[in-house]
Amino acid sequence: MMLLYFAWVRQKLGTGEEQIDVPPGVGTVRELAEHLHSRGGAFAEVFSDPKRLRAAVNQEYVIWDTPLETATEVAFFPPVTGG
Amino acid sequence: MKIRVQREDFDLNAEVNALKRAFPAVGAIVAFAGVVRGSDRLSSLTLEHYPGMTEREIARHMEEAIARWPLLGVTVIHRIGELRPGDNIVLVAAAAEHRRTAFEATEFLMDYLKTRAPFWKHEAREGKSEWIDARDSDEAALTRWRED
Repeated sequence: MMLLYFAWVRQKLGTGEEQIDVPPGVGTVRELAEHLHSRGGAFAEVFSDPKRLRAAVNQEYVIWDTPLETATEVAFFPPVTGG
Repeated sequence: MKIRVQREDFDLNAEVNALKRAFPAVGAIVAFAGVVRGSDRLSSLTLEHYPGMTEREIARHMEEAIARWPLLGVTVIHRIGELRPGDNIVLVAAAAEHRRTAFEATEFLMDYLKTRAPFWKHEAREGKSEWIDARDSDEAALTRWRED
């Protein structure tokens, strides 16, 4: 699965993308965020408060309880500020 | 329907003329240009986006606008990269037979671009730089489009 990070999420983590194997027991976007939080360091900081983040699966906005079943690309980013 | 995400500037007149040429029945074109505000000693504004999802989100909301209003054509151009005060950021142009349709569709698309299209602004002023926070007022602007 490809993970993508944008804006300050990308900046704090020091990377914009990574390929991961989804660990056993991780079935939803929320569980994936918790898994990333458990890495510690910058990941713990970024994923400490999910309310500050938005998530997309396969380039569509999702809520945190969305299953990862068909996910090939998951992105985490702050609320958008374009326009 | 035309969607562009690009580093280069755009020419508002050229886009309006393209809509006129494409749709002889046009009676009204509303074109909105968002510009980098030259305030508080801003030196530059840098826009990042999510390639792929950006175009999909814009297309989704364009299709919604086309379903809601009798539009002839719509153009959205959003710039990315480093911009300076006075530079163009975004263009939304809607062509219709009548003005109200064009006004409403343009506002609808801007309200959704602000709150759903995955772009992020990073600003530099006086040697400091920071990511801009999302505004509650932009989110609140969406509520009027949801009253069915």
